[in-house]
Amino acid sequence: MLIDPVTLIAALIGASTPILLAAIGELVVEKSGVLNLGVEGMMIIGAVFGFMVAVNTGSPTLGFIMGAVGGAGLSLIFGVLTQILLSNQVATGLALTLFGLGLAALLGEPYAGINPPLTGNLFPSTMADIPVVGPIFFSHDIIVYLSVLLVAAVWSVLTKTRAGLILRAVGESHDAAHALGYKVVRIRLMAIAFGGACAGLGGAYLSLVRVPSWTEGMTAGAGWIALALVVFASWKPWRALIGAYLFGGIAALQLRLQAAEVGVPVALLDASPYLITILVLVLISSDRTRAALNAPAALGKVFHASG
Amino acid sequence: MMRLEKRPTPSRAWIAGAPVLAVFLTMVAGGIMFAALGQAPLEAIRTIFWDPLFSETFASYSRPQLLLKAGPLILIAIGLSLGFRAGIWNIGAEGQYIMGAICGAAFGLALYPSENPLIFPGMIVAGALGGWAWAMIPAVLRARFRTNEILVSLLLVYVAEAILASAATNWLRNPEGSGFPGSRNLSRHPGTDNPELIAGTGMHWGVVAAFIAVILGYILLNRHILGYQIKLAGQAPRAARFAGVNPGRLIFLCLGVSGALAGMAGLFEVAGPAGQISIDFNVGYGFTAIIVAFLGRLHPVGILFAGLLMALTYIGGELAQLMMGVPAPAIQAFQGMLLFFLLALDVLANYRIKWGREAAA
Repeated sequence: MLIDPVTLIAALIGASTPILLAAIGELVVEKSGVLNLGVEGMMIIGAVFGFMVAVNTGSPTLGFIMGAVGGAGLSLIFGVLTQILLSNQVATGLALTLFGLGLAALLGEPYAGINPPLTGNLFPSTMADIPVVGPIFFSHDIIVYLSVLLVAAVWSVLTKTRAGLILRAVGESHDAAHALGYKVVRIRLMAIAFGGACAGLGGAYLSLVRVPSWTEGMTAGAGWIALALVVFASWKPWRALIGAYLFGGIAALQLRLQAAEVGVPVALLDASPYLITILVLVLISSDRTRAALNAPAALGKVFHASG
Repeated sequence: MMRLEKRPTPSRAWIAGAPVLAVFLTMVAGGIMFAALGQAPLEAIRTIFWDPLFSETFASYSRPQLLLKAGPLILIAIGLSLGFRAGIWNIGAEGQYIMGAICGAAFGLALYPSENPLIFPGMIVAGALGGWAWAMIPAVLRARFRTNEILVSLLLVYVAEAILASAATNWLRNPEGSGFPGSRNLSRHPGTDNPELIAGTGMHWGVVAAFIAVILGYILLNRHILGYQIKLAGQAPRAARFAGVNPGRLIFLCLGVSGALAGMAGLFEVAGPAGQISIDFNVGYGFTAIIVAFLGRLHPVGILFAGLLMALTYIGGELAQLMMGVPAPAIQAFQGMLLFFLLALDVLANYRIKWGREAAA
C-alpha cells in the first residue's frame, strides 16, 4: 500500500502540534476580545529563542521554556500598544509579525545549519512498538501530550470556572465588565501573554522537533493557519484540536504524496495546506448564524475607560 | 499615574508630527540594537540614513537606487491605503505582486522574440490584470461569503510563491538556460524591457506609474465621491450604510485597485531591476508597503515621502551590511520597530495625556 494509515496518523499528530499550540493560545486571546494578528511573529521568535537556548545549554526543556517566554515577551509589546496606548489591533498585529520575522532572522543568523539537542519520547520504545496503538498513542514527545492537556485545561477553565467566565465577559462586552469592576486591561494583558507563550512554545516545537534546525522564515505561514483555525473552531477548544489534526493530516499526506510522485503537480501539493485552509474558512463563514453567534462580541474593539 | 483623555477632534499637529518623531525614536532604538550587535551605533545610523545620499564615495551609486526601490513601495502602498482607510485589509500584496509579475512576464515571453513596441504596454496590462485577479479571490469571498479577507489574502501569498517556484523551474524557464531555473531575461530584450528613462536617476516606468498613482490617489480621496465613501465607511460604517454606500462595491474597488497596482509593480520589477522571473525575485516589497502606507498616514503625499524613506533604509541597510558587516535582517527588524513607534505615537493624535489622579466626579 502506498500510504500506511497508522504511520500517517502518528505523523499528523506531530505535524499538528505547533499550530495547535498557537491556535489554543490565540483562542484565549480572542475570547478576551483581542485580535492579535502577530501569531506568526510570536511563533518565529519562539522558534529562534528556543533553538538558541537549547543549543547553548544542551537542554531541549529549557529551550521550550525560553521559546514560550520569548513569545510572551514579544506579545507584551502588542499588549502595551493595543491595551495601554490604544493602537489599532490589526495594524499592531501586522507590525508584530513583520518585526518578529526580522528580529528572529537577525538573532538566528549564526545558528543556521546547527543540529539542536534531541527531544526524546515520553514513553519507552517497547510501548511504541505495540502494533497500531503504540505508534499512535505512545510514540510522541512530552510537548504533544502537553498540547492536548492544554486544550483540556483551556476548555475547562473557560467553561467551568469563574476566571473563565470573567475572561469571556471581558470579551463579550468590555464596558459591562468594566462597570462590574473587572480590570479589563489587566485581564486582556494576561490573555495576550498566555497567547504569546503558547505561540512561542509552538514555534520552539517547530525548530527543535519538527524540522529540527533553524532556517530564516521557517514558520512559513503556520501562525496564519493557526489564526484561521480559531475561526474554523468557532472559538471552541476541542474543535481547535480536531481542526489542527485535520490540517496536520493534510500536511502529512501531501508530503507523502510528493515523495511517492503520484503525478499531481508539486506546486499544487505545496499550496494545498493554504488552499484547504481558505476553503474551510469559506465554508465556516458562509454559515451566517454560526459565525456570528460564536465570535466574541467585543473582538478587535478598542477599550478606553472613560470616567 | 498617567491617564488618557479623549480629544474632541484629532490633533492635526500630532497627525503630522508623529511620523517624524517615530523616525527619530526608531533611530535611537535602532542605535541601541546596533550597539547590542557590537556595532558603533552612530556610525550605523549615519551609514543608513546619510551616506547613501551624501557620501562622496557611495552617493553616485546609491541615489538612483532610491527611486528604483521607492517606486514599487509607493505604487503598492497607494493601493493598500485605500482599503486600510475603508477597513478592508489586503495584506497579501506580496502575492498580487508575484502574480502580476508572472502574468506580465508570461505575456511578453509568449510573443518572444518579437520586438514590437506594443509588447511592453501589453505586459503592463497583463501584470495589472494578474494582480487584480489574485486580489479578486479575497474580494469575492469577502463579499459573497463574508470570509475574512485578512487571512485569505495572506494565505494566497504562499500559494503565489508555490506558483512562482513552478513558473521559474518549469513552464516559464528559459529554454536556452541549460536547465538553470529562471525565465529569459526580460530587461535585456528590446520590446520587453523596462529601461532607465533618464540615465543615472533610477527613473523607470514603474516610478512614473507610482507618481501618477500618488496624484490619482490624491484626487480620488479628496475630490471624488468614491474617496468620500471610502473614508466614511472606515470611520463610521453605520453612517455609511444609511448614506447608501454599497459595502460590496467598496470591497471590490479597494481590493481590485490595490491588487492591480501591486501586480503592475511586480511587472515593472521583473522587466527592469530584477530582469527575469526567478524563484526569489520578490524581496518583500508587498509587506514593507504596509509599513509605508501607515507611515505615510494613508495619505498619498505622505506615502510618497514614506516610500522614499523606506527605500533609504533598504539602501542604507545594504551599505551598512557591506561596510560594517551589519546583518541583513537587522534592517527588517528596524523597519518593524518604526511601525511600532508610529502606532504607539498615534495615541497622541486622539488623546491627551494627563498626569496625576483624576478629580472625583
